Amino acid sequence: MIGFDIAFWILAIIGVIAALMVVFLRNVFRSALSLILCFLAVAGIYFTLSADFLGAVQILVYVGGISVLVILAIMLTREVQYGSPSNKLRIPAFIVAIVFLGVVGYTLLNTPWQLSTAAPLEPTTTSIASMLLGEGGFILPVEIAATLLLAAILGAIVLVREK
Amino acid sequence: MSVGLEHYLILSAVLFSIGLYGALAKKNAIVILMSIEIMLNAVNIAMVAFSRYIVPTVLTGQIFAIFIIVVAAAEAAVGLAIVISIYRNRETIESTDIDLMKW
Repeated sequence: MIGFDIAFWILAIIGVIAALMVVFLRNVFRSALSLILCFLAVAGIYFTLSADFLGAVQILVYVGGISVLVILAIMLTREVQYGSPSNKLRIPAFIVAIVFLGVVGYTLLNTPWQLSTAAPLEPTTTSIASMLLGEGGFILPVEIAATLLLAAILGAIVLVREK
Repeated sequence: MSVGLEHYLILSAVLFSIGLYGALAKKNAIVILMSIEIMLNAVNIAMVAFSRYIVPTVLTGQIFAIFIIVVAAAEAAVGLAIVISIYRNRETIESTDIDLMKW
């Protein structure tokens, strides 16, 4: 398992640095590119957690879809030259984030987790499919998700339509 | 020390805090949306880590992560459409200037 450990550390450091670049870079376009790097690192984290289907979905939806949307919105709004300055709440927001991190870190390091030693399922695609679509599974949320996506598409079209 | 559940949860908490700072402190509405995406990804990492280390043979955490991804995609599409619409009407996407409903 030493390979998984090395992969986790590399991906975690890349992901955190990319997320920091998203927040702290002045150029909006460059922070969008760092966001793509952060999404890729998160996909790698899923692979180290033996969630192969979820890693592929992450690359398809986030790296392929949402980042294109974000870059398109940046191009359409032409705000790149103004950068992304902070507002007046920069110091309070920093304090809130640090306090949140401290509280959550303290809590989860002092909780006795009931770890299981069973081997993870691999590949996960069959199990996920039978849980999503099978008997007694999540078929109703799947239908609701389809309706939600249709409503989101229609809402986006209506919002950006020329008058 | 071998990588375990706590490492993934700490990584998730760090990413969530970075996203929280960005969502609270930034002016540009697109950067705020990007920070929200980082926060959703952090929550997904926590979900998958719990699924892997607490109940490795039941994939409920991964199912939840899939639904979070669906909702995040819908949120990104509608949110960016709203940003573009605001830019078309007001020529700005600075969140401090969009104060029509501010008392």
